Amino acid sequence: MPESVTPLEGAIYSGFVTIMDAGLAGMVLLRADLGDSDVVLALKGAGFDVPGAGELVGDLGNGALWMSPDELMILCAHDEAEATVATLTEALGGMHVLVANVSDARAVFRLTGDGSAVREVLAKLSPADLRRDSLPPGGVRRTRLGQVPAAFWFASDDEAVLICFRSVAGYILDLLSKVATPGSEVGHF
Amino acid sequence: MRDMLILTCPYCGIRCDETELAPGGEAHLKRFGPGSSDEEFEAYLFMRANPKGVHFERWRHAYGCGKWFHAARNTVTLEVYGTYSAQVHEPPQEIRDAISTRVPGWRWKGES
Amino acid sequence: MSRRLPKGGRLIDRSRPLGFSFNGQEMRGYCGDTLASALLGRGQVLIGRSFKYHRPRGVVASGPEEPNALVGLGRDGSFEPNVRATMTELFEGLEARSQNHWPSLEYDVGAISSVLSMFLPSGFYYKTFLWPRAFWKHVYEPAIRLSAGLGKPPRRRDSDHYEHFNITTDVLVIGGGISGIVAASVAAETGVDVLLIEQASTWGGRALIDGVRIDGLNAEEWTESTLKSLQSMPNVRVRTRTTAVGIHDHGYVLLHERLTDHAPDHSVPRHRLWKVRARQIVAATGAIERPLSFSGNDRPGCMLASAVRDYVVNYGVAPGERTVILTNNDDAYRTGLTLREAGLGVPAILDARQEATGPLAKAARDAGLTVRPGCGIAGIVGRGRVERVQVCSQDGDGEVIDEIQADCVAMSGGWSPAAHLWCHAGGKLLWNDEEAHFAPDPARPPTGADGVAMMQAAGSANGAMHASAVLESAHSAGVSVGRALGMGRSGKPDRVPEGEDEAHEPMEPVWLVPARAPYSKRAKSWLDFQNDVKVSDIELAAREGYESVEHAKRYTTLGMATDQGKLSNINGLAILSRELGAPIEEVGTTTFRPPYVPVTMGAIAGEARGELFQPVRKTPIHAWHDASGAHWEPVGHWRRPYAYPMQGESVHEAVKREVLATRSGVGLLDASTLGKIVVKGPDAGRCLDMLYTNMMSTLKPGKCRYGLMCSENGFLVDDGVVARLDDDTWLCHTTSGGADRIHASMEEWLQTEWWDWKAYVANVTEQFVQIGVAGPKARNLLNELGPSMDLGREALPFMAWTDGALGNIPVRVFRISFSGELSFEIAAPAGKGRALWDRLLEVGKPFGITPYGTEALHVMRAEKGFIMIGDETDGTVIPQDLGLHWAISKAKEDFLGKRAQEREHMADPLRWRLVGLETLDGSVLPDGAYAADEGVNANGQCRTQGRVTSTYYSPTLDRGIAMGLVERGPDRMGEVLEFPVIDGDPVRARIVSPVFHDPDGEKQNA
Repeated sequence: MPESVTPLEGAIYSGFVTIMDAGLAGMVLLRADLGDSDVVLALKGAGFDVPGAGELVGDLGNGALWMSPDELMILCAHDEAEATVATLTEALGGMHVLVANVSDARAVFRLTGDGSAVREVLAKLSPADLRRDSLPPGGVRRTRLGQVPAAFWFASDDEAVLICFRSVAGYILDLLSKVATPGSEVGHF
Repeated sequence: MRDMLILTCPYCGIRCDETELAPGGEAHLKRFGPGSSDEEFEAYLFMRANPKGVHFERWRHAYGCGKWFHAARNTVTLEVYGTYSAQVHEPPQEIRDAISTRVPGWRWKGES
Repeated sequence: MSRRLPKGGRLIDRSRPLGFSFNGQEMRGYCGDTLASALLGRGQVLIGRSFKYHRPRGVVASGPEEPNALVGLGRDGSFEPNVRATMTELFEGLEARSQNHWPSLEYDVGAISSVLSMFLPSGFYYKTFLWPRAFWKHVYEPAIRLSAGLGKPPRRRDSDHYEHFNITTDVLVIGGGISGIVAASVAAETGVDVLLIEQASTWGGRALIDGVRIDGLNAEEWTESTLKSLQSMPNVRVRTRTTAVGIHDHGYVLLHERLTDHAPDHSVPRHRLWKVRARQIVAATGAIERPLSFSGNDRPGCMLASAVRDYVVNYGVAPGERTVILTNNDDAYRTGLTLREAGLGVPAILDARQEATGPLAKAARDAGLTVRPGCGIAGIVGRGRVERVQVCSQDGDGEVIDEIQADCVAMSGGWSPAAHLWCHAGGKLLWNDEEAHFAPDPARPPTGADGVAMMQAAGSANGAMHASAVLESAHSAGVSVGRALGMGRSGKPDRVPEGEDEAHEPMEPVWLVPARAPYSKRAKSWLDFQNDVKVSDIELAAREGYESVEHAKRYTTLGMATDQGKLSNINGLAILSRELGAPIEEVGTTTFRPPYVPVTMGAIAGEARGELFQPVRKTPIHAWHDASGAHWEPVGHWRRPYAYPMQGESVHEAVKREVLATRSGVGLLDASTLGKIVVKGPDAGRCLDMLYTNMMSTLKPGKCRYGLMCSENGFLVDDGVVARLDDDTWLCHTTSGGADRIHASMEEWLQTEWWDWKAYVANVTEQFVQIGVAGPKARNLLNELGPSMDLGREALPFMAWTDGALGNIPVRVFRISFSGELSFEIAAPAGKGRALWDRLLEVGKPFGITPYGTEALHVMRAEKGFIMIGDETDGTVIPQDLGLHWAISKAKEDFLGKRAQEREHMADPLRWRLVGLETLDGSVLPDGAYAADEGVNANGQCRTQGRVTSTYYSPTLDRGIAMGLVERGPDRMGEVLEFPVIDGDPVRARIVSPVFHDPDGEKQNA
């Protein structure tokens, strides 16, 4: 079987923040009522922790993102996504849910930089409040980046993971590279 | 310039920049389908309130959780009295109370 | 003549000379100079020509309020017009050119209009060029366009780049003078986040020039130490060269930061537009001095009194050798004292007040200066600049008492708080009689989302005119914002810094010098230098009935353009109020609009230019298309190949080849952009029955059905094939441009109307690549790929789908056709999309496989009479117009658009309906052409009876084919219509069936 490729094909840009293709990632969309304790119990029973509103548990490869009151993005290895769909479908059998493998629908970036450089690069493109107190590691922000939707979280203070739709991966890479040009540091955060 | 509101999404708690939202016009309209009179259907489809003062609007957190919500706000002062679930037919009591506190004498339509 | 003084200049570094040029002439200034100070230091008094009369003009001010000294800066890709010389920091190699003159600054042909100015009164455009009407387009407008306009637009693409920056802060303090610093310190002590900005490159503002002392220190020492402790706080950020240009709703403030204007460097952003969300804002924006209205006050050499001392103190530049001061207040005496101290001549201080007895006046007299109370200026003598000042009595009509040799006039009409930002956000102003200015009304501040004040004015921006009052106001503003944010007082002793400056006598409002100036003088007394508005113009406006201040502004252009009322506002209002016999507070002020100062277009665009102007969406096969020479077509934000012209082939020829190859062999289409939306749940079928005009709940799993979606208004908005995946899951295909819109619309109905229905929606458009394989050899080709799938007509009949694998890639294959050929659409995970495409090309080689673009797709669908959303529909077309009755369920009680389609007009037999059109000569009808009817409509225009919606050259039929909407069209088969064209005879076309090719559908069912 041919290998899957990411839309970024391993791209990397080194500015005052390094922007790189985070590689293949498994993503499974789950629509379900997260306020329903049966759903949460079933998920826990199958080994899936449910993050609180606006939060994430785990990380890329193994975790879950809170997307909305009735939507989670389950993170797993890319080649385990179909199996994860099957596990979830079985665990939630009989309940009103929608499970879909969307691993190929998105591009994932890893942004690294010293101090608050990563926050600064994101703040050039997103209206989100990026002060550390407002978005500490563990929090997820779905927002606008330039002219397209995106979501990001801080894995640590100097590293963020960013997800956008596959078709605009090139646009986002160009945007991020542009605003991470050395010499354009703001020094604000 | 009157175009840069901040509204708090009641579903995810984020104070949204207006550029993260999509507007949806007047809130609490009742749908009229087959069987309705021409007048009812016309009002449902085209007639919109454009008040100077307290107004109820629909917004979608389009660049976020994707949820529709309602906002009660003042079109003159831009004060936001509150945001609340889109899944109600009329503003909840706490929103009405918040408005009444700020706009003495204000009443929800049909309320005496 | 202005010159550089041998010493002095707190901001310049005489050890670092800088070379620059003005109108091609090489000049030198110093590091720390502005362009204005460097020009004045070189004796360049004449800097530009005025907008309307092309009068000679010099520097008036020293800050952003400068109306005259606007220059063109830089060249080629770095050229910018209308740059204020007073805000331009000098750098090595700076190139500036003066504006609004021809052929030269010194000799300007256009200046003749100043002699004829009596023929160019206010509103002359409206009056003079009204008649004859035909002259407007060919005579008046071209002539006016040639001479009007401020500066010249750049001709080249901007070679700099720009960026945006979004932040949220608790407190934003605007203005780095002593008030801003105090307010920021007080707020910061409570622990909240504070951002303090200053438009200049240095801190401290006017206090440093005016000799203010704070807490026993001179203002310079105090500023340095206070700022240092502020900067050491972790919750404080400070930034210079940053101007707040507009305050909008809910604490949204735009800041314009100039990073490299003082040291050009194309490798980093030139400007940064900050989009700040501040919970509380302090406007410590200072005050702006007002000019005085006297005859000849626009002569180069007439300057604001504060600006004159700024040039001496900050830059060691003497604006003149002999400066006459004209004032109505004590502050201007400081200018006299400063000039005297610098060894410059001050032949007289003319004080329009009857008495001048305050401490500053006394100090002036003690310094040996001549103070002449009750005096004004009757006129200025001099060609192109001030040479002599004619003195008169202020309360007279301008009889000249004596003449004074002078080359500079320092004028002061009092100070107005810079309340622009306060007003942007909806704050109201209050008239202050004592200072004769409008100041922020603390009872009516701008309010935020919570309905309470989001802004405080501090210091002179709040109307405080003396050091101690300024500090007290600033302190109180700092306390207020802390309190508004719910912060308690800090542990530190809460003390207002003590300010000392000279005591002041009250100022006296003086709106015209002399008070009874005759018309001849009023017609030469400028109110708005930039827009050439004089006292007589405002009077004329009032007499002609423009009594509202907003009307008078527009009629005369007072305070328009970059001025935005900075210099002209109060003086103009005062003249209007006098003419109307109403107090100024009743006349009111015009609206101050953002931006406070001009913002470059580059900063507004930010990153969004060139390749990043709009996002471009790319399918997983984009790179192949690109490498294969695709001629692109934008579809929404997507780029799709229109056709793939081969070497030596035109686009048209490529389309023809692609169509014929598909019809005879097999074609390959990247259809990945098609929307794909999963709808799942116990109520999914019910939901789709509402969303589509068809019945979707009865579709069998494994089958596909073409569906239509209408708006509630009944009009067709989208179409596509729906596949039922299992008992409670459907997959809806939408148009390429419609995916996001239709997905959003499904969510909207489910969330806001049918919220108790159990149905979830997911937009999986980008998860899949989708490849169309069409043509008589399509099945043969696919059979070569993978033995695991049975794609035979029994296993996978037309309008069915199946899952499987092709070439070891998991796929879902749909037997659907938009070309009319035997056709398969193959969906595969996007990450393997390119591999599948490559595999198909490879295996397809022996079959003559031909990739085709969107145009071939369109031609083939038109040959089959299939409609296209956006071609056959335009937002006013219902499915019934298109003969799609078969796709509208009669069994359903309700669906979106059903009620609307029941309206009388929707069933009108005269509606234009879809037909095919066949030109009699085989030519291709022009797109959008109308079919002429007999007679004329109410407007006297030829009546029409239809129009062309799609028109193509059909390679299959080797002739033009078209579809169109025609009045009663389907009932008129065989009739010939006439389509008038722009050049030549009307084209005649016969009404035929819209299905031109394979009407029985045998090919697609193969």
